[in-house]
Amino acid sequence: MDNLGTLGFSEEQADLMEAAARFCREKSPMEKVRQLMETDEGYDASVWREIAELGWLGIAVPEEYGGVGLSIAEVAPVMEAMGRSMMATPFFTTTLASEALLAGGTEAQKKAVLPKIVAGAPATLALAEANGDWDLRNIDALATADGDNLRLSGVKRFVADAAATKYIIVSARLDSAPALIIIEDKEVPDGALRRETIIDETKRTYELTLDGIVVPRSALFDALKLREAFERIDLAANLLASAEMAGACAACIDYTIDYLTTRKQFGRTIGSYQALKHPTVDAYVDYEQARSHVYAAAHSFNDQGAGEIAVRMAKAQTLKALSYAADRSIQFHGGFGFTYDCDAQLYRRRAAFHASQFGDEAWQRRRLAELLF
Amino acid sequence: MADVDRKELAEFAADANAWFAENRPRDPGFMLPLTFMEVGTDQQFEFLRDWQRKVWEAGYLGAAWPKEHGGGGLPQAFQDAATAAMKKNDAPIMLNAIGLNWTGPLLLDMGTEDDRKKYIKGILSAEDIWCQGFSEPENGSDLGNAQLKAVREGDEYVLNGSKIWTTQGNYAKYMILLARTNPDAPNKYAGLSFFLAPMTVPGVETRPIRKLTGEFGFTQTFFTDARIPASCLMGEEGQGWLIAMRTLEYERGARKGQAGGYVITSFDAFQIVDLAKRAMRAGAPAIDDPVMRDRLVEFVIEAQGLKLNNERGRFAALNQDRPMGLPLSNKLAWTEFARRLNEFAMTLTGAAGGYYVGDENAVDEGLWTRGYLNAFSATIGGGTSQIQRNIVAEHVLGLPKK
Repeated sequence: MDNLGTLGFSEEQADLMEAAARFCREKSPMEKVRQLMETDEGYDASVWREIAELGWLGIAVPEEYGGVGLSIAEVAPVMEAMGRSMMATPFFTTTLASEALLAGGTEAQKKAVLPKIVAGAPATLALAEANGDWDLRNIDALATADGDNLRLSGVKRFVADAAATKYIIVSARLDSAPALIIIEDKEVPDGALRRETIIDETKRTYELTLDGIVVPRSALFDALKLREAFERIDLAANLLASAEMAGACAACIDYTIDYLTTRKQFGRTIGSYQALKHPTVDAYVDYEQARSHVYAAAHSFNDQGAGEIAVRMAKAQTLKALSYAADRSIQFHGGFGFTYDCDAQLYRRRAAFHASQFGDEAWQRRRLAELLF
Repeated sequence: MADVDRKELAEFAADANAWFAENRPRDPGFMLPLTFMEVGTDQQFEFLRDWQRKVWEAGYLGAAWPKEHGGGGLPQAFQDAATAAMKKNDAPIMLNAIGLNWTGPLLLDMGTEDDRKKYIKGILSAEDIWCQGFSEPENGSDLGNAQLKAVREGDEYVLNGSKIWTTQGNYAKYMILLARTNPDAPNKYAGLSFFLAPMTVPGVETRPIRKLTGEFGFTQTFFTDARIPASCLMGEEGQGWLIAMRTLEYERGARKGQAGGYVITSFDAFQIVDLAKRAMRAGAPAIDDPVMRDRLVEFVIEAQGLKLNNERGRFAALNQDRPMGLPLSNKLAWTEFARRLNEFAMTLTGAAGGYYVGDENAVDEGLWTRGYLNAFSATIGGGTSQIQRNIVAEHVLGLPKK
């Protein structure tokens, strides 16, 4: 295996990186993050409208569907900036839904839905189930044909921002084969959504009971593109998660350094102790590699073969880097680190959540072994 | 680099590739050193000296150094292309590492025109081998505390003391030397001076050090009333620390301007993937063992991450937060990785991991076992990994020294 992905950086990426960094710093200071954690919806609708107005929901959407016509490589720096400010919006899951539609939606679905998403209608995916399998094609939920309609049954988990979204792309088995079906919020019965309590309190996910949902057959994704759609969802989710974690990791390291350079014990600034200094450097070295992997994954995303390798490496390395940086951050904050008020826990919880969704480090390595050897 | 002629560069690269493909020496019949720190026999030394000279004469070493001093006078991109061709053809290392990578760029940067005239060409041709006199037996990582004495007497300095870990010390004609000219200076750094010292004067003696591998490659160098011309002083008295720090920037690759080529054979993690295909576990190749596979993937991810760090270094916008972060952490990251990779490779070979260099059954002639032991030269030399962590903590992350 010669090509494991290469790193490139476009002018568009540079522009978006700068704009997103400024926007996120301004709109998502830590007090705001903490405040939103306490709310039911979990995000600020006015910030969401601004994101739509900036055109960021259409970065990777072709112009014919109302987008900007770039690619997910240009979404990565935006996601990274949001991660750095722990900004909570349905941006992650909406971008993922667009990717799913672009890879596997029918022409009619793309024409009808993508322009609305670009304009600010949140969308999400309902993939995970009780089996907890990261293989997205291991599905127990059912779609049963009933004339021109499909009757859905089963229970989906970890449906991100479902209470706020206009569209939900659901995976189900149809005639024992995996299928993807797009449903609208009005087709979801009252009481079908239950907000889940999850480890990352800046995020919102829901359990979705499919029983009673009936949709026309036209809601089915293109049957010939299902394989591609599942693959794209898996990889795009892992790329976005990696970018978000790289940003969070940078913030976490800054946060730790801030404490190490101000806190005094035994008459010394604690950052002068090598017992704290050296692991902080190790975390930083891991982070720099993680960030390089993220930008290689973004740049190589559409390369056959190399794209998947680069993305899985990025996910494994960002998980490793953020988990370690945040774990040490809690420890190095001492007694304060054990309190709810210390932000270190937010970063550690972020990594734990991303490990639980779309595959942890060991899972990525397992898939990489299959791809590499 | 706007004035690089793309067509000319492409032709140069193609020529270089063809030249290395044709001239790269085949199996010399003995094991070649993988790094410039492992030159242990005269046979190895002579072989590599001839090879460096040949590469320089062909125009593929020092291509971006000034023409009047034996360089090619071309833009850096040309030397980079030649180095890439070297690597692609798996050519042996360049021998005169301390001259090519540290002293040379230092002289081009801070030296006098006379120094350049006198030294640069001999560095490129490998006629004049250079060594480095920084570490002392009592002052390794604490370089600023160097105690070797240099006392001015008329037109000479008289040197007394000892330096250690002198790479190629027994072959070197010159040494970049950090010595104490003023023991009463207000602080330890201000008392240091930097010399371009001849190794050929009376009173300089080298004694080979036997490494943990059982081989040779470094010396301890003793100075006993050794007299060198006062003109060997670089800069002024008291500027030794400043010049030494600049030298370390070249040594660690944090500052560019080296002659080109490479002085350490690079390896990638896929070499151990190949090894895992040959090693056996429970009747099947080790590459099929789930635990070995998982560890292999970890190494491949890390190797790729380090490679991507180099690629990212080219984009200023991706290094805005801490511009010196990648250059200053590079040595730490690479050398620690290399040590762990060799260690894993050694265990990967199963029972054969018990063989050592010299046994006919040793896997790859003992490359991995020896590689693991030799890897410590890089995690200790040039500032231990522990000192590197202090440097990164203080100079990149802004953590306090005290």
